[in-house]
Amino acid sequence: MIEDSSKFEITDELKSKIEKILDNHYHDFTQIVGILLDVQDEIPQHYIPKAAAFYIAEKLPLKLSVIYDCITFYDALNEEPRGRYPIEICDSVACKVNDNDFLLGSLKELLGIDFGTVTYDGRFTIEKVSCFGACDRAPAVRINKTVYGPLKTKEQVRKLLEQFV
Amino acid sequence: MQKINYITENFGKYDVFSIDSYMNIGGFQSLQKAIDMEGEDIAAVLSDAGIKGRGGAEYPMGRKWSQARAVKRPHHCVICNADEGETCTFKDRELITNDPFNLIEAMVIAGWAVNAEDGYIYMRAEYSHLRPRLINAIKQAKERGFLGKNILGTGWDYDVHLYSGAGAYVCGEGTALIRSIEGKAGRPRMKPPFMKQSGLFARPTCINNVESLSIVPHLLHDAVPYMQAGTKESIGTKMVSVGGNVNKPGVYEVPFGITVRDIVYGLAGGIQEDHKIRLIQFGGASGKISDDRILDISYSYEDFAKNNLIIGSGSILVIDERTSVIDFLRYTQDFFLHESCGQCTPCREGNRHIRIFLEKIKNGTYTDEDIQTMKTFARVMPMSSLCGLGETAQNALKSAFDVFPEVFASKTQTEAVG
Repeated sequence: MIEDSSKFEITDELKSKIEKILDNHYHDFTQIVGILLDVQDEIPQHYIPKAAAFYIAEKLPLKLSVIYDCITFYDALNEEPRGRYPIEICDSVACKVNDNDFLLGSLKELLGIDFGTVTYDGRFTIEKVSCFGACDRAPAVRINKTVYGPLKTKEQVRKLLEQFV
Repeated sequence: MQKINYITENFGKYDVFSIDSYMNIGGFQSLQKAIDMEGEDIAAVLSDAGIKGRGGAEYPMGRKWSQARAVKRPHHCVICNADEGETCTFKDRELITNDPFNLIEAMVIAGWAVNAEDGYIYMRAEYSHLRPRLINAIKQAKERGFLGKNILGTGWDYDVHLYSGAGAYVCGEGTALIRSIEGKAGRPRMKPPFMKQSGLFARPTCINNVESLSIVPHLLHDAVPYMQAGTKESIGTKMVSVGGNVNKPGVYEVPFGITVRDIVYGLAGGIQEDHKIRLIQFGGASGKISDDRILDISYSYEDFAKNNLIIGSGSILVIDERTSVIDFLRYTQDFFLHESCGQCTPCREGNRHIRIFLEKIKNGTYTDEDIQTMKTFARVMPMSSLCGLGETAQNALKSAFDVFPEVFASKTQTEAVG
């Protein structure tokens, strides 16, 4: 079940983590995209909870609307919670002609989920993304910044998923 | 087949996390040479080598640097565009992975040549695993005095900053890229003002691709092997990234003038299961397509121009007979539909409607009027779109009209035939 992002409460621990991220970016508001990416990495569900966005807006001379303009504009920034291991499946032509449909089908079947849903244990979500520059490993997926591919058989997909269990 | 390692010369020869090991193979000697030269002379070296921008726009690099120098306003900056988002383009990934110090050295030379105060590397979020090696390279270069204050005793101050993209293809476009670095959503803007006059933070800005920059230290070190490679009008070598239905997809450095056949069947190991080639797309999603007649044409700017193709970013996407032309176009169109920023009407609506027409052709439910409208849209979009994305989004479709006219055959004709 995907948890409700509006119920997310910011802890002191997260606050201090955000402070540290801001320090690393010299409290420079032009680095907001990098800051948001780093904050997202700190959240186990890889998204920017509202409370965190509000907190950043308090700390930087930026309007909340500018922060949300970025969050909603950039594909790599997410408003909604995802799995702890979000599986990004590359949907570029190079992966499509290498039968990423089969890969997607295998993922859906093995995990029992579709786009927009998360596995019962909160572990996996499946997302389609544009080319992530691993066409030499097509068809490929990317999980928490690591590319896995080529994944051509169901057995390879099963082995990959088992790494995260 | 000629094997050449010019841009890739340092690959595997040093520890990418150690500046000492880079300096042991001659690293930063080109910078030493550069600071004894006038910026104009450095630009002249690039012009003599005929380097055209390797990100896809193919703008002459020497001229770009020379124009950047000529801008009299203060606070110049240099940007390295490492946001390669074109489909099947992953050459910059290899350059950053295997030779990060060379890129930093190139950034310093560029800064010196155009009198810049700051350099920025804008790298796509998809390559965030490469951030540590660039951060480390910047840090070590600073410790050795190649960056920071009073570089090599010249009294010149210059720093390099690493910025991350966040998964937007449109941010490869210059004006969108600078907005992204400025901490905004990466929506492109109208030009003028041009980058060279008023770019990042309204400062004079010189943007170069990773590969273009990476050539510079090698060129200043020893230009001879580069000048001897290639053809008369396309000097030197190019990094190509080959993908799709080939047996050995990957990044290869090739001399200009090599045939496409040598790349596809030689370096990339031919087509999977010996299928026939349906089409090849050159230069990424915004590139043009050809059928297998291109195989014996030389890979060079001049011969590609004669065949209505572009080298662009250097990507070569090979599609075999298992995928139809119309499916390929639909996939490409899906990409642009997703990546269009939605600011300007021609790109936002044009991409959407062309996607619908392609769907109709696929289903056989199109009319002759649909084809005509689609052709009109494909012609109008490049003329009226705000930025390069809308201008080039229909390159594949427009070249398909010429190469595969049968796909868009008039309905009445098709019925008459049978």
